[in-house]
Amino acid sequence: MELLVSEGKSVSGSRWLLLHAAVVFAFLYLPIAVLIIYSFNGDGVGGFPPHHLTFDWYRILFADGPIWDSVLNSLQVALAAMVISLAFGVPAALALERAQFPGKALFRRLVLLPLILPGIITGLSLLMLFNVAGTKLSLLTIILGHGTALISVATTEVFAGLQKVDRAQEEASLDLGANYWQTFWRITVPNLKLPIIGAALLIFTLSMDEIAVSFFLIGRDNTLPLEIWGRLRRGITPEINAVSTIIFVFSLVAILLWYRLRVRGEGGSEIGLEIAEVADPV
Amino acid sequence: MFSRAYKAAVTLPPLVWITVFLLAPYLLLFCYSFWSVSSEQTIVHSWNLANYNELVRVDVYWKTLLRSMWIAARVTMFSLLLGYPLAYFLSFYAGKKKNLFYQFVIIPLWVSYLVRAYAWKTILGSDGVLNTLLQYAHLTKHPLEFLLYSPFAVVLTLTHIYTPFAFLPIYAALEHIPRNLVEASHDLGATRGQTFWKVILPLSIPGVVAGATFAFVLSLGDFLAPLLLGGPSGIMISNIVVSLFGAAYNWPLGAAVSLCMLLLVVSLLFFSERLEKKWSFS
Repeated sequence: MELLVSEGKSVSGSRWLLLHAAVVFAFLYLPIAVLIIYSFNGDGVGGFPPHHLTFDWYRILFADGPIWDSVLNSLQVALAAMVISLAFGVPAALALERAQFPGKALFRRLVLLPLILPGIITGLSLLMLFNVAGTKLSLLTIILGHGTALISVATTEVFAGLQKVDRAQEEASLDLGANYWQTFWRITVPNLKLPIIGAALLIFTLSMDEIAVSFFLIGRDNTLPLEIWGRLRRGITPEINAVSTIIFVFSLVAILLWYRLRVRGEGGSEIGLEIAEVADPV
Repeated sequence: MFSRAYKAAVTLPPLVWITVFLLAPYLLLFCYSFWSVSSEQTIVHSWNLANYNELVRVDVYWKTLLRSMWIAARVTMFSLLLGYPLAYFLSFYAGKKKNLFYQFVIIPLWVSYLVRAYAWKTILGSDGVLNTLLQYAHLTKHPLEFLLYSPFAVVLTLTHIYTPFAFLPIYAALEHIPRNLVEASHDLGATRGQTFWKVILPLSIPGVVAGATFAFVLSLGDFLAPLLLGGPSGIMISNIVVSLFGAAYNWPLGAAVSLCMLLLVVSLLFFSERLEKKWSFS
């Protein structure tokens, strides 16, 4: 594209684009910056300029039992949902790529639908199922909800990864006498390592943040977003900013780790791009 | 080359899981929408169209649906206006910094959606960051009240949240455009503008359609931003569903509203897929 920039006219064009990009980035990051800055603001979440900088909100946060209970609940839910989504999403991707069966088109659409369907529809449909089945709402129902909805993420990421994998390796493994089980664990999964890790990271974060499905399936124990939601309705304090800032920092670390992994590996694709490309469920 | 046993082993588990936890709940949603609630608050399993009748008869339902669509349409337009030039800039001008910029678009997605909506609330409130900044700078004397608890606040927040979703497929589409087509256009004497309008834009239409679909469908079904920032004039259709499943306790009517949303979303996906196929070049 250096080629294009060398033309005089395009330089001014690219300047406008650069300006536009700066504006968009400012728009995307403004609330995040405000969130972080006001987590240190002694006077609360509003008011310009911020003053009385303090760590008090973090101190209050660390002594806040219910918040940490909800964090633990969310971590449990996210890990369990990750296992379910991968356990069914990876085979689903293999099935979509390699098998022909009646109702395959419908199956594909159903698997991918929760990616784009408003979460509340998935949530309340499952609520009806659990209600009819007489299942008591608890963290388990949330796990089942997240696990099911996020199969879509595992399937899209792994399906995209499969397109780039050379099938000859699996064929060779089978020809040389390995059975399917051995071939799956020794060839298929290692070849799909990056898409699977990428999907796992995405599922984990999406589950940690999920609120629409959880909203309907919640029992007595809150997940973190629902705990925050409950507090927002009662009035707002910078404690929410503090906990969000901490989670943001952890997420950044996770992204950096993923990036390192990708650079060392043979360069899988960008997180999320697969979904954008394959996500059209219909 | 894969045996029938292999295909069955990868197909059956996800097929069963999806049937139980996705297909069955959606079918249940369908059934519920034809049932009703007795005066003792129990579900009456008699089939009739009373719920749909009410949806047509009581204008709050379709008026709210229209308002939600209007909000979603504005969010879509703004997301595309912000997302497209950004994607174009990244894909054609950012050079080696492309991946870095890409990460910067994605990072806000790692901050909880609920928390970002809450951050906008602390910015837009009457003693929020923006209003106190304006008064601090002596630009206004009194807080601007229209900023919060208005459709404006909902559109702004949802645009912030869904711009990266609109950006992703557009960026993916732009990245897939063979660069030699662009070079050919230049070699044949087209200006930058002509190349953009006649080569790049048409080839990126499938991405634009996918991005628009993401932004529209996801914001149409949103219920948190309206609850947090919308006020009475910013209520959306999902809020009605939530209240029908909660305080109002009328699951069948809620199911009927949800089913209408589901059908609307699925038909939108159907048309967007048609549109993408029509414009795709591969």
